[in-house]
Amino acid sequence: MANATAAVTHGEHEPTTTGLDHRKLLMWAFLGSDCMFFGTLIATYLVYKNKSIEGALPIDVFDIPVTSVSTFVLLMSSMSMVMAYAWLTRGNLKAFRIWLASTAIMGATFLAFQMFEFRDFAVHGQLTPRTNLFGSTFFTLTGFHGAHVTLGVVWLLSILFHSFRKGGVTPEKNLDVDLAALYWHFVDIVWIVIFTVVYLFGVFEGFPGAAVSTGH
Amino acid sequence: MLRLSPRYRYLIALAMVGMLAALLFGCTPNDPHSTFDARGPVAQSQLNLFWIILAAGAIVFVLVEGAIIYSIIKFRRRRNDEIPEQVEGNSTVEFAWTAGPTALLVLVAIPTIITTFDNQVSPDQNALTVDVVGHQWWFEFRYRHPDDPEKEIRFANDLHIPVDEVVNVNLGSEDVIHSFWIPKIAGKVDMIPGGGNTMWIQADQTGFYYGQCLEFCGVQHANMRFRVIVHSEEDFDAWLRSEAEPAIDSPDPLVQEGKRVFLTAGCTACHQTQSVVNVGQVSLQGPNLTHVASRTNIAGGVFDNRGEDGEVNDAIFQRNIRTWLEDPEKAKTGNVMAREAPSYMNPEDALSEAELSALVAYLSSLK
Amino acid sequence: MTTIPLAIPRPVHPTGIWSWITTIDHKRIGILYGVTAFLMFFSGGIEALLIRIQLARPEQNLITPEIFNQLFTMHATTMIFLGVMPLSAAFFNFVVPLQIGARDVAFPRLNAFSYWTFLGGALILKMSWLTGSAPNGGWFGYSPLTGITYNPGHGIDVWILSLQVLGIASLAASFNFIVTILNMRAPGMGLMRMPLFTWMTLVTAILLVLAFPVITVALIELFFDRAFGMNFFNVAAGANAVLWQHLFWVFGHPEVYILILPAMGIVSDIIPVFSRKPLFGYGTVVLAGVIIAFMGWMVWSHHMFTVGLGPVANSVFAVTTMMIAVPTGIKVFNWMGTMWGGSLSFKTPMLFALGFVTMFVIGGISGVMHAIAPSDAQQQDTYFIVAHIHYVLFGGAIFAILAGVYYWFPKLTGRMYDEKQGQMHFWLMFIGQNITFFPMHFTGLNGMPRRIYSYYGGLGWDFWNLVSTLGALILAVGFLIFIYNMAKSWRKGEVAGSDPWDGRTLEWSIPSPPPEYNFVEIPHVEDRDDWWEEKQRRRERRAVPVVAGGSDADEGHDIHLPQPSYWPFFVSLGLFIGGMGLIYLMNVDADGIRTLNWAALTVTVAGLFMGVVSVYRWSFEPVNDPEPDGGHAAH
Repeated sequence: MANATAAVTHGEHEPTTTGLDHRKLLMWAFLGSDCMFFGTLIATYLVYKNKSIEGALPIDVFDIPVTSVSTFVLLMSSMSMVMAYAWLTRGNLKAFRIWLASTAIMGATFLAFQMFEFRDFAVHGQLTPRTNLFGSTFFTLTGFHGAHVTLGVVWLLSILFHSFRKGGVTPEKNLDVDLAALYWHFVDIVWIVIFTVVYLFGVFEGFPGAAVSTGH
Repeated sequence: MLRLSPRYRYLIALAMVGMLAALLFGCTPNDPHSTFDARGPVAQSQLNLFWIILAAGAIVFVLVEGAIIYSIIKFRRRRNDEIPEQVEGNSTVEFAWTAGPTALLVLVAIPTIITTFDNQVSPDQNALTVDVVGHQWWFEFRYRHPDDPEKEIRFANDLHIPVDEVVNVNLGSEDVIHSFWIPKIAGKVDMIPGGGNTMWIQADQTGFYYGQCLEFCGVQHANMRFRVIVHSEEDFDAWLRSEAEPAIDSPDPLVQEGKRVFLTAGCTACHQTQSVVNVGQVSLQGPNLTHVASRTNIAGGVFDNRGEDGEVNDAIFQRNIRTWLEDPEKAKTGNVMAREAPSYMNPEDALSEAELSALVAYLSSLK
Repeated sequence: MTTIPLAIPRPVHPTGIWSWITTIDHKRIGILYGVTAFLMFFSGGIEALLIRIQLARPEQNLITPEIFNQLFTMHATTMIFLGVMPLSAAFFNFVVPLQIGARDVAFPRLNAFSYWTFLGGALILKMSWLTGSAPNGGWFGYSPLTGITYNPGHGIDVWILSLQVLGIASLAASFNFIVTILNMRAPGMGLMRMPLFTWMTLVTAILLVLAFPVITVALIELFFDRAFGMNFFNVAAGANAVLWQHLFWVFGHPEVYILILPAMGIVSDIIPVFSRKPLFGYGTVVLAGVIIAFMGWMVWSHHMFTVGLGPVANSVFAVTTMMIAVPTGIKVFNWMGTMWGGSLSFKTPMLFALGFVTMFVIGGISGVMHAIAPSDAQQQDTYFIVAHIHYVLFGGAIFAILAGVYYWFPKLTGRMYDEKQGQMHFWLMFIGQNITFFPMHFTGLNGMPRRIYSYYGGLGWDFWNLVSTLGALILAVGFLIFIYNMAKSWRKGEVAGSDPWDGRTLEWSIPSPPPEYNFVEIPHVEDRDDWWEEKQRRRERRAVPVVAGGSDADEGHDIHLPQPSYWPFFVSLGLFIGGMGLIYLMNVDADGIRTLNWAALTVTVAGLFMGVVSVYRWSFEPVNDPEPDGGHAAH
């Protein structure tokens, strides 16, 4: 290395104009874009709310207590993610791994609930994506959310395995985990919106969803 | 003040004369689709707005392009030019050219909004109502039966309306999105499947007008036309009553043979020969043929049946219907009849020359 | 398939074609983008010429109705997604890092990925001419016409999948440029010191990041309907036939500004240089661009004045559409203010920039005409609209892009284009543009619908259609001269020097073509138009001519650049293969019975597997392998 101080275009320690790391900024931009993605799916769902001509409706298939449990699990996974990150920055890799693994497990549990729910709707509720407008919009919206969670679980597990390599995950390189955490929290928040708008407004008449349904 | 060399003056004058000539020459109100020849209040209100915005646009156009041309000539680089003063901006000027256009647009917005509401809300809710239904690629028109509120009269390709009367139009479609447009009477409104668009039209003069689908609707979008015949009030009532009658059943043996072909060759799967049906009954896929021989055009405007006097001419109709039935795919590529009628799909079901002639004779008798 | 690249070691010093496939240098990627996009643009031009030849005379039968519909669908899709957008991306890539004093973009490999993915999407679309299933539903793809009932076969699937792949490419590029511009500016370059082109790139990238997901979802829904029989646009199941139009135009109108804002940025950089004056009202021009981008979200329904949204909605959208003319007008006025009192030199870039302004004014005025909802009902879907869009997109965006090509050509190649041929090109374009598209105002107001494959004589359309076709031929001749000029000058043009235009922004302070590392030393920016000010300061200090940058080949020795990589290319290849497979995933017969195409499924899975593996390899590939002499710029 001829000159140790030579400017390196890319690297962890390069100062940036905003002070934020490139990857962090990228993540925020991506999440902004993803907001529009889910926003459009939710908008489609709302436009078609109460417009199905035949087949099962939210009130026929939703089991709010069950979905509340899976929602709670997903919420708790966010907390567990916070713990993982906190332990990492303090240098306790072992605690970090435990919390990270529990985050991934809770994510997987949520997915298991979702698969169970989809199967239940199809078998007992006679609701498939082809049944009616509700089926198409519901499965597409929650399916894409599920895909996001799946991606998140894979990501968390990758970090977990990587952390067993020497120097794979270190407190100094906490940004790798920070980005995954950001993504995880985002996916979690999207679910809160879906749970409220799709599940709660779909079942309880008193919610403002009834007013929205005649929209457009 | 800017001093132009004669060469520039000459060029600019020439360009201006050229543009003026093009504008005058370019838009001729006599053309059948011209939007400059409004023959009804809706088209007239739209044309009035067009003139307002065209005038505003012309002012902006002349000022802006004039200033650009002036700058190009005046500030062109000359030898020994010093570096010009590095002006970064001027708040007063910038405020002025923000406020100016805003004011101009506010002035245009007011009549725009007024006309938007006027054209949407029919001035007479109880006026004659016509349902227009779009099909790939022809227009169907449905009139309330004058005597029986349970029945309606169906017609295709020609829209008949009385002069000087509001006509309320309900727009719909049996397949994809189409659009209803009579350039001289009213701007387009889309015909949405499952959607209930309405509009109102009124014609100020009797006569013959052109209409056209204006929303891309598939392979034969170009040949989805209709004609509008504006009658005096008495003529319209007479026309509607005659439409409600069945067609003359001619005893001519050739016609009777043609009728037999019509009933056995599969035509009835898509075509009806009874113009009066129950209100709201789903239409068959093809045009109702009850009075087909009295229509000014067939196949969505591919064939014009009128003679030089502007009236439907029997000989021309016969020639047209024969050409159409001989090879509909050639006349209107991709049309549904050529694609789905057994006589055109299966060689063994093809019509013989004798059957074709009989069929032509039969259809020509349906007046 | 994927095992081969897995075994390949990192390409440290690739040569020949591999040096292009693995390149992550923003300038080379810019060249790839530009050359590919121009090829696509010319293919779209050939489609346009075929359309014009068919319409030259009434009742011609040179082209069947079906092929005609495919032609106009492909022409528009090509010009928008494979022409203007990637041409803008070419400028983003080449120019933006130079303008902000950076050595590369923030994510060089992501940049390579966006190019290769763009190429994949372009090939998916264009290859449909060969497979005989080119899309035929218009670039707007209105349902239900694009549903499986009215559009069997795989033409629309091609359109959906190519737009999805192109969307991924555009999103990747936009994320990259948002981060690059926000995060990699040279010290001292505050936001309000950025060159206008960089500013408009930032605004465009943000617009794109927010607008594209909307069309992504709409296309997913359409694809699910077609492939799996879902109900999003199934009217029989109670769906709203107009929902597609809303989704499409919520994306589609910001898209219009995605096309035009970079063009405005280019022009805002060129006019000051050739007027020798700073941009008049810099802050206002920037603000106007931002306001246009913001308001671009509030006007989408002016594409839908006739679908029956009701008088209230139509009035609101008429007013917002008129309002958006105000910031657009401000830009035009400020360009005029820049020229006022300047010392104007009419080299080819300036001619094209002025061509842009004059043509855009016409397109802008006809645009405001369409804001008048009631009179728009007489113009919608007539040739009047065709005239309008070509004045803003051809006379506008393409003129500005050509201005940019001529302007930055010496920086890109180190050589000068032929000025005489450039001027000839301009005049052919300017005259051809007006002869082709101005008569369309007349045919439109005379009631000629757009998207019709033929028309009858005697409707007053014959003469002006012939004129339009002749104009299109003039444009074609102009482009032949352009191609000749570029191809020849690239190899044999005069050596241009680093600063041939007496430029104002940082890209002119470094040698032409720029070294791989761009800047020997990252500049410290003290002013807007920093390079111009710097030249003035030096001139004051000592009256010697200023020579830009260091051209000493040894200087760049110690600058580390990221190393080339295979993985972006292979991720894109995986997406391309997967996309091709998905098109043919389901076979739907005439009765609506769906069967899975196992071959297509295999191809899809193989493509996605390849993509996933490559993403993984990419993630664990360091930016620079710790190799003693790896990554040195000079070799």
